[in-house]
Amino acid sequence: MAGRVEGKVAFITGAARGQGRSHAIRLAQEGADIIAVDLCRQVDSVPYPMSTPQDLAQTVKEVEALDRRIVASQADVRDYGALKAALDAGVAELGRLDIVSANAGISSVGRADELPEETWQDMIDTNLTGVWHAAKAAIPHLKAGGRGGSIILTSSAAGLMAMENIAHYVSAKHGVVGLMRTLALELAPDSIRVNSLHPTMVNTPMIMNEPTYQLFRPDLENPTIDDAGPAFLTLNALPIKWVEPVDISNALLFLASDEARYITGVTLPIDAGCVIK
Amino acid sequence: MAGKLEGKVAFITGAARGQGRSHAIRLAQEGADIIAVDICAQIGSVPYPMSTPDDLAETVKEVEALDRRIFARQADVRDEAGLRAAFEAGVAELGPVDIVLANAGIAPLSLHETHDAWQDVIDVNLTGVFNTVETAIPSMIERGQGGAIVLTSSTAGINGIGGPTRGGLGYTAAKHGVVGLMRSYANNLAPHSIRVNSVHPTGVNTPMVVNEAMQEFLESDPSLSNAMANALPVPMVEPVDISNAIAWLVSDDARYVTGITVPVDAGFTNKK
Repeated sequence: MAGRVEGKVAFITGAARGQGRSHAIRLAQEGADIIAVDLCRQVDSVPYPMSTPQDLAQTVKEVEALDRRIVASQADVRDYGALKAALDAGVAELGRLDIVSANAGISSVGRADELPEETWQDMIDTNLTGVWHAAKAAIPHLKAGGRGGSIILTSSAAGLMAMENIAHYVSAKHGVVGLMRTLALELAPDSIRVNSLHPTMVNTPMIMNEPTYQLFRPDLENPTIDDAGPAFLTLNALPIKWVEPVDISNALLFLASDEARYITGVTLPIDAGCVIK
Repeated sequence: MAGKLEGKVAFITGAARGQGRSHAIRLAQEGADIIAVDICAQIGSVPYPMSTPDDLAETVKEVEALDRRIFARQADVRDEAGLRAAFEAGVAELGPVDIVLANAGIAPLSLHETHDAWQDVIDVNLTGVFNTVETAIPSMIERGQGGAIVLTSSTAGINGIGGPTRGGLGYTAAKHGVVGLMRSYANNLAPHSIRVNSVHPTGVNTPMVVNEAMQEFLESDPSLSNAMANALPVPMVEPVDISNAIAWLVSDDARYVTGITVPVDAGFTNKK
């Protein structure tokens, strides 16, 4: 049986690990080839270890194990020129572009009146401007293909609601919704669809780290997931603490496939009821 | 390859034709058995021919052709007792229900509308949805296996469209009301791992939309038909497009999706 995105090519930012790697694998399982980029180094204001070249190599290995092709390179979504060069090289090698997952993102913590300016700027540069860069670099390829396309922007439950202590993250993720809605209008005549994903807590290295646990348990010096888990639980309506990367990938796959051929301009929470609770 | 809904049972209202029949077929393709109900009769204020017993028989035939079981019965979503009797007979035959699709709906939009248009559309499109969910949830909760419920709203459940007639206002009010029901049920049923979401189609190629009365209604007011233009270059979507969104929502692929509105609207609501 043919895969749900057989023969298509997907561009994924932040593909070294976490949700991005899961997206690469899930789309490859359904027949897509992958253009993967990731920063693979640290951003100073980010308080947990970011991805490494070894992580990206692991994504390559897992996609190739599925007998799909993957072109992977280190590139910073904040650097439009570098991102465009990486994508252009991938399209030159794989021959087309159909799906875009603007997934790369960072997390950090601080009250709005105390955030260092650099922390604010790194967040906006990565989680908002980086998303625009991915779309801007991809749109000419999608239009040139003449077959429409599907762009999926990764926002957050925090793109639809307020959350204390992460004003910069909430602002960037809300901004992604405005970008998604405008791109959806601008690209509809070309049958290019644009939607956003809004996860609650996901089991990835961006969430499963001590600084994030501290956000939920400021009363403890070295909180663990066992300390933070019950607090995660109170965020969600469904009786679960977090979702897995594959849950986001399954939603992304649906939006990327022809099953969603007439879905555009939509905010899609995968949030265990976090937003309506 | 096993279907995504192998071994599940789905309760679908308005299943004789249109979107409801398409949902029955799509879910059956994924392995589900179907309890199908439909009124198969006319309602006074509705200006196009409603479903018939022959339509419901055709749904039965198409599901059985997929080698799935289907229990079908005529029932009116406005009639709690009749709906419950149909549901219980279906469960007795096919087993307990995992999936509920509150799909039955009418569109009493007419240049020559009757006074009943408001009440009829509220009764079917809002109270009928409430009756459907209320009928199904006690057994789902008692069984303790979770479940998935999808309420069919509309782009008119998000935007103030449908015009100034009694039927148009009632349609928009009912479809907005469905969103309130969806959000409340999602919160109330989350502790039981029962997920509740709504779908919001733009114009769909079904007998409810593609008929002379609707065409006359839209042509009478160009602002209304202009307001119904999609962002994507398609005049309307097909029933299977709504079925595909529902098939995703009720499957384990969406096991943590609840309380959300899913427009299948070719960019219609985003264009407002």
